[in-house]
Amino acid sequence: MTRFGLVWKNVWRKKIRTSLTLLSVIVAFLLFALLSAFAYAFRIGADVAAADRLVVLDKVSLINPLPIAYRNRIAATPGVEAVTHASWFGGYYQDPQFQFGQFPTEPRTYFELYPELEIPEEQLAALEANRIGIVAGVELVQRFGWKIGDRIPLHSTIWTNKDGSQVWEFVLEGIFRSTDPRGSSAFMLFNYDYFEEARAFGQGTVGWYVLRIAEGANPVEVANAIDAQFANSPSETETSTEAAFAESFAKQFGNISLIVKLILSAVFFTLLLVSANTMAQSVRERISELAVLKTLGFTDRAVLGFVLSESVLIMLIGGLVGLGAGWILVQGLAQQLGAFLPGIFLSPGAVLTGVALMVGAGVAAGIFPALTAMRLPIVTALARG
Amino acid sequence: MTDALAELEKVSRVYQKGKERVEVLHELDLVIPKGDFLALMGPSGSGKTTLLNLLGGLDKPTSGSIRVGGVELATMSNAQLAKWRAHHVGFIFQFYNLLPVLTARKNVELPLLLTNLGAKERRKRAELALSIVGLADRASHYPKELSGGQEQRVAIARAVVSDPTLLLCDEPTGDLDRETATEILRLLQTLNSEHGKTIVMVTHDAQAAEYAKRTLHLDKGKLVERMAA
Repeated sequence: MTRFGLVWKNVWRKKIRTSLTLLSVIVAFLLFALLSAFAYAFRIGADVAAADRLVVLDKVSLINPLPIAYRNRIAATPGVEAVTHASWFGGYYQDPQFQFGQFPTEPRTYFELYPELEIPEEQLAALEANRIGIVAGVELVQRFGWKIGDRIPLHSTIWTNKDGSQVWEFVLEGIFRSTDPRGSSAFMLFNYDYFEEARAFGQGTVGWYVLRIAEGANPVEVANAIDAQFANSPSETETSTEAAFAESFAKQFGNISLIVKLILSAVFFTLLLVSANTMAQSVRERISELAVLKTLGFTDRAVLGFVLSESVLIMLIGGLVGLGAGWILVQGLAQQLGAFLPGIFLSPGAVLTGVALMVGAGVAAGIFPALTAMRLPIVTALARG
Repeated sequence: MTDALAELEKVSRVYQKGKERVEVLHELDLVIPKGDFLALMGPSGSGKTTLLNLLGGLDKPTSGSIRVGGVELATMSNAQLAKWRAHHVGFIFQFYNLLPVLTARKNVELPLLLTNLGAKERRKRAELALSIVGLADRASHYPKELSGGQEQRVAIARAVVSDPTLLLCDEPTGDLDRETATEILRLLQTLNSEHGKTIVMVTHDAQAAEYAKRTLHLDKGKLVERMAA
């Protein structure tokens, strides 16, 4: 028999009531896990963005292309160390549900700009040597069971081939992986030269530029210098840090973080009401027992501690089960949706936030019943029993 | 009688019921010697339970002094009183007041959670207390699985497990049939005579009071009669 044993016994005093309360806690934290994982996926771009990378986009809209002629002028801007570019291909593999990113680019400069993406040199060389070569991230390779040398047809929803077809044939020449555990490799890269030559329209343009600034260069000054060069041209630019670009891209889907917070606030408010009611009932029906504890010599604070511990324990049991179930679901969802929305992940930060929420909600739900128990005059309470 | 265990001097207890002032005890003087077995009798509202509560540090007097074992209770804080109760007083109630979620042994072990004893020692002492009240074989039963008399024995074991000097019993046989009540009263007598416990018992029952060494009568907050048992 220990103090924890007493708390545990009291938690399970009314099994059905505790089970129902636990169920509501489990559902709340399951939802918390899922929403956190999705919010993480939308936020991850900004989190993994490098501080020394800038993105150059059309000033009016992300979907407007930029001239390829800008490449050398950007590269020549003081403070710019390296430049690459990419375009949105908008293709799918076999079925429209298998959508993921594919980007025509300059492969070598792309991998130089993104050192967190690793590819064997011979595979990169093979990609450069094969016009219709393509390289894929390890996530996609595992998902579709590809191997090097496989012919991979991609159906583009945007770009038509000069032969009138929207199906583009590629040969898998390499596999890359991200060394940043938060980063995704669920996309493909292929030669811009092939794309430029084969597409039916849009020649001489790229989707966006990515550049790395030289050490010591001021990113704001470099960005301003680039945008100034193309001011009053048909394709004015807007240069921003990669993090700002990732954030603005995510915001196209709405303010995910705010939506998640609003939903979770509603869920936790309801949870608080349910749990506080459970604790209030639990204290009300054992007033005399609490008085007996005080009679035996347990202090007012000890009684407060008992009731608060019960409340926090219920939250911890339900919350950890909910987070655990959420973690399992997130694994499945990440596999199913990873190609479309990479980065679905229940981060350690979210788990810690969850545990803090459990303790906080437990204290909030239990504090008033606990204070009632603490202030209980023994004589009155014994008389009521 | 030998040394005084408890001394009450001009103890009054006044309650405020709305605008009405109710004086439950009026300037009461009382000395309870060590080893005494005192029965307190009197009509309802005479102040018996209030006196018991004051002796046990569950309540504080409006005026006057209460010294138990040389300690002045009237000026102690709630936390100090709680600690004092844990070491010096055992309570026995009419309705047993066992925790229904705990077995008999765990109920008896409860007061020992306030000591520095290890789990093994606590368990051993709880089992010993249960054997003193003749319930060693019911240690793992829950209160609902015990008869009224057995529940009261468990309550007595809980009251004595931390070896207090003073046992305060509020109508300990009020909810029991005569035969079981007699067993409980004999048990209290044994605790008094063989284990040296000082016992103060509130009762309505004159037959129960006969088991005490002496009986005092309270009426309207005053001791009205003293007689030897």
